[in-house]
Amino acid sequence: MLKYIIKRLIGVIPILFLVSIFIFLFVHLIPGDPARLVAGQDATIQDVENVRKELGLDQPIHIQYFSFISGIFQGDLGISLKTSRPVFDEIAIRFMPTFWLTFWSMVWAVIVGLLIGVISSTKRNKWQDYLGMFGAVSGISIPSFWMGLLLIQLFAVQLGWLPTGGLDSWKSYILPSITLGSGVAAVIARFSRSSMMDILKDDYIRTGRAKGLKENKVVWGHGLKNAMIPVVTMTGLQFGFLLGGSVVIETVFNWPGLGRLLIDSVAFRDYPVIQAEMLLFALQFILINLIVDLIYGFLNPQIRYD
Amino acid sequence: MANPETSGLATEMALDQNVEKSSPVKDFWRKFKKQRLALVAGVFILILVIIAIIGPVITPYSSDEPDYANVLQGPSLEHLAGTDNYGRDIFSRILEGTRISLSVGTISVLLGALIGTILGLISAFYGKWVDSIIMRICDVLFAFPGILLAIGIIAILGPSLVNVVIAISIFSIPNFARIVRSSALSIKSTVYVEATKSIGAKNRRIIWKHIFPGTISSIIVNFTMRIGTAILTAASLSFLGLGAQPPTPEWGAMLSGGRDYLSTAPHLTFYPGLAIFLTVLAFNLFGDGLRDTLDPKIKD
Repeated sequence: MLKYIIKRLIGVIPILFLVSIFIFLFVHLIPGDPARLVAGQDATIQDVENVRKELGLDQPIHIQYFSFISGIFQGDLGISLKTSRPVFDEIAIRFMPTFWLTFWSMVWAVIVGLLIGVISSTKRNKWQDYLGMFGAVSGISIPSFWMGLLLIQLFAVQLGWLPTGGLDSWKSYILPSITLGSGVAAVIARFSRSSMMDILKDDYIRTGRAKGLKENKVVWGHGLKNAMIPVVTMTGLQFGFLLGGSVVIETVFNWPGLGRLLIDSVAFRDYPVIQAEMLLFALQFILINLIVDLIYGFLNPQIRYD
Repeated sequence: MANPETSGLATEMALDQNVEKSSPVKDFWRKFKKQRLALVAGVFILILVIIAIIGPVITPYSSDEPDYANVLQGPSLEHLAGTDNYGRDIFSRILEGTRISLSVGTISVLLGALIGTILGLISAFYGKWVDSIIMRICDVLFAFPGILLAIGIIAILGPSLVNVVIAISIFSIPNFARIVRSSALSIKSTVYVEATKSIGAKNRRIIWKHIFPGTISSIIVNFTMRIGTAILTAASLSFLGLGAQPPTPEWGAMLSGGRDYLSTAPHLTFYPGLAIFLTVLAFNLFGDGLRDTLDPKIKD
């Protein structure tokens, strides 16, 4: 097992390296001179040169990459062009709202997705199955920003039960979490259904039934436990979907999180913030995939550790 | 005594019929017919395509001329989906927007599929370091969850509909590359590819004549599925102000423009959203039907 963990950890290193190069080059791919961009429209040639020195853009490219990386390790992500505050601080205050939003979205999505998936698999080709699967394909197809606006229209504007946006109390989490999680719930429902249908054909399920176990125990106890293995992988992959989705949802609900910061930064061409956010999202995604791989190895004894 | 000439003809005709009976197209249709929802979705997509082609001919009103006497009117017989804050007919704008959404979705996935397929085939066929390099590039692209990669690319290129197409095609590439690679790998080890190699066929010929055809069904299924995602992503980007800019009648941009009127005139956001939802739903249902029909693992 330890060997497997080490192997997976080492496997991540080249991807991290390539991702860091990609993000480092990001600011160099922007058409035009980044120094001029930072210095502003009215800057003199001398100003631009000063900025270039300050940002280290006059150094050879490999030196620039090295200082970029060592900066990251020291928590130095540059200065926001918009607010003139350290990018690290800008990101730090927005991290938790996005974290909790994705967390609660994931929690309800997994519970509801699994319920729908398992019920659909046991009622195969009955109305429950058709309803569940049509609901699931709708959940995948619905534009999240539209769903968010419909929910705001109904629960905030007309009924006045919940806030239209922002983050004030626990009530603020309800509508954004429902919107953000719906796509994931749909994917998990579809996936757990097909996974359960494979499992329910197996011999030990027949044995369980033959020895007189209650159907509920067969399905939820024996079946689901084994069907969970591929579902866990799928759930982990959906975290990436949530990170991406949060960008849209946070704009709809005026959420003080990382997603809205990204959109605001793109509009303002605040490149240090964009760069740092891309790095953070990629790191999170890679880390989650790594954790999922490890859990998978833990859950599935058949996996080869060497 | 039978005329040898006519009996020969009869055998030939019988053979022809046999061939036709077992043709893959007929076989496909026999199975696909049973997927009712997918059939309905297919018809809906066909209607969308027709609207996209003849759009301006059938729109009841101009999609971009303001009519300040009729702003923010609710749905009526005159204006099926009401009018927006400039008095423009929303139904006409949605019909016009069909062309934009379908072409953005199709072109971006087509580009992604083309490049992804070529990379996947090369990766599978040559293996070794070529495979490693291509797959590591895919890993890097995969490290950025879908829409985030698109936002990053648009941050570099600037917001516009053309850049949305470029961004979406780039993030579709690794998807196709991986799928084509895995399906090409299994074909590469079959006896007939070995045989072709042994008679000295050129690499390019083996790849395109012998390996590629075997990957087509997985490409088609993935293609249909990705179009739904692409339309959804393009609409999301336009909604965020990173894609089509007003007054373009793009569905996501229309929705974004209607946000300020949510409490007074919710139809401004409702109908464009419904258009996106139904279109994406149709592509997903159609894709599901195709997958269930073409996937040899699923029996009927």
